[in-house]
Amino acid sequence: MKIRLEVVAIDCLMVRLFDAIAEANMPWMLAASERLRAAFGGQLIDLVPSYTTLMVHYDLRALSPSQARELIDVALTDLTPDSRTGGQRHVLPVWYDLSVGPELSLLSRRSGLSVSEVIRCHSEREYQVFALGFAPGFAFMGLVDEVLAAPRLDTPRKRVAAGSVGIAERQTAAYPVVSPGGWNLIGRTPSRLFDRERDGYSLMQPGDSVRFAAVEHAEFIRLGGDDTPLEVPA
Amino acid sequence: MSRLTIEASTPLCLLQDAGRFGVRHLGVTQGGALDWVSMSWANWLLGNVLDAPVIEITLGGFSVVAEELCLLALAGADLGACIDQRPLSPGRSFILQKGQRLRFTQPYLGARAYLAAPGGFNAPKVLGSCASVVREELGGLDGFGRPLAEGARLEYSGAGVNLKELSGKQLPDLRSKAPLEVILGAQIGQFSGQSLFDAFNSAWTLDSRADRMGMRLLGPQLRYQGAPMISEGIPLGAIQVPPDGQPIVLLNDRQTIGGYPRLGALTPLALARLAQCLPGSEVRLTPVVQETAHRQQIEFLRGFV
Repeated sequence: MKIRLEVVAIDCLMVRLFDAIAEANMPWMLAASERLRAAFGGQLIDLVPSYTTLMVHYDLRALSPSQARELIDVALTDLTPDSRTGGQRHVLPVWYDLSVGPELSLLSRRSGLSVSEVIRCHSEREYQVFALGFAPGFAFMGLVDEVLAAPRLDTPRKRVAAGSVGIAERQTAAYPVVSPGGWNLIGRTPSRLFDRERDGYSLMQPGDSVRFAAVEHAEFIRLGGDDTPLEVPA
Repeated sequence: MSRLTIEASTPLCLLQDAGRFGVRHLGVTQGGALDWVSMSWANWLLGNVLDAPVIEITLGGFSVVAEELCLLALAGADLGACIDQRPLSPGRSFILQKGQRLRFTQPYLGARAYLAAPGGFNAPKVLGSCASVVREELGGLDGFGRPLAEGARLEYSGAGVNLKELSGKQLPDLRSKAPLEVILGAQIGQFSGQSLFDAFNSAWTLDSRADRMGMRLLGPQLRYQGAPMISEGIPLGAIQVPPDGQPIVLLNDRQTIGGYPRLGALTPLALARLAQCLPGSEVRLTPVVQETAHRQQIEFLRGFV
């Protein structure tokens, strides 16, 4: 692995660690994050991890661009992957149903699997959280079995219900709040994905592992789920 | 504590500060005043910290009545502000007597005015900031990101200071036609030569499709020839180029990561100027080196002492 440093803004540098999305990136990404946070301390404004990169946003009043580069170079010298099993493990209950996950039928058609096989295929894997983005607490997870990979909808929905679970290409995610969205929806989770009262705010963090567990309607409701069917576009 | 009551407002009138930091890895956007320079001056006029909570008034349509004697400061755009019938030009602190009305009508020069109060307007901090982000339901008077609404009460707790006004040297020049400075990004070499020429030698028109997430620039089509990108962190001011070739400057309420190639990122001073441009106005871009921009920024910040 060759770490590259790129200028992205007056007070931001991009640390590029990899060129492709892979689950094996994560131990390196976590180790690099930890080192960068320690090296910058109070001069770090934000560290934005994504699949292959870490964007370092530092306090320009405290550091010049060359000082920031130097800090990064030193912090990442002789980087070794974080050998811990990495992150927390979560189980997200999901009510897989056509009323809240209309693309179950599309994925079934595309894959040649029955709807219940689609559900099993999605819920039997353990996924890794690659990055958070799009909305507070929106976790990009993968990789979904190739047979379920499907492009985003041609026309995104104006309104996707909170808790909606979807698939886009080989990634899966759940929408923390009501928002527009173009992912293929297959179900809904009652879990609160982002909570301003919670320590750390977001249920999931980069590096965490997630498994989806199919639940019946009654259990979904008992857990606080909202079963309002998805609005059908006029 | 002093109070004002909002008599008229619009969805573009928002409580803001410098923004929300330390939470972008959770997908939480930055938010904050689009013209940070004017926000800073409004606060400076009252001896506040430069990022104390202010009201960002975009285009006008905002009106408040003082419930008791209030000391306030105004900076940024000329939105036709009047105290009762008397015009009030931006760049000064002023007194609003009990019962007097401060009204913003329409843009005469610039797009965004900033109203400050001693110690900042009172609002709960949510994830460290009171910046209003409607989409994320964070910040503002109620903590849930809602725009300022008619009937709402504004309060502040700070003490009064002497009235001040900005000198001619301190007042930002909202008529300036100087090009906006861009720090070049890593994908710059993967745009066609013609596109690079066009990017820095054309007049770009601000599209009406503009909000606090981004402003679209209309002009020659820019062509990116590199490989598709994997989503990565987006800095403030990034100029991304989607497949239609029309660049978008990403602003305070942008998404935290994204996968479109970028020309680079505007400097903070360029962003403050862009924030005062109305749809339909023309801007030009010019490249600047990161080190140079950094030195200019530090020098500029010294002016607030």
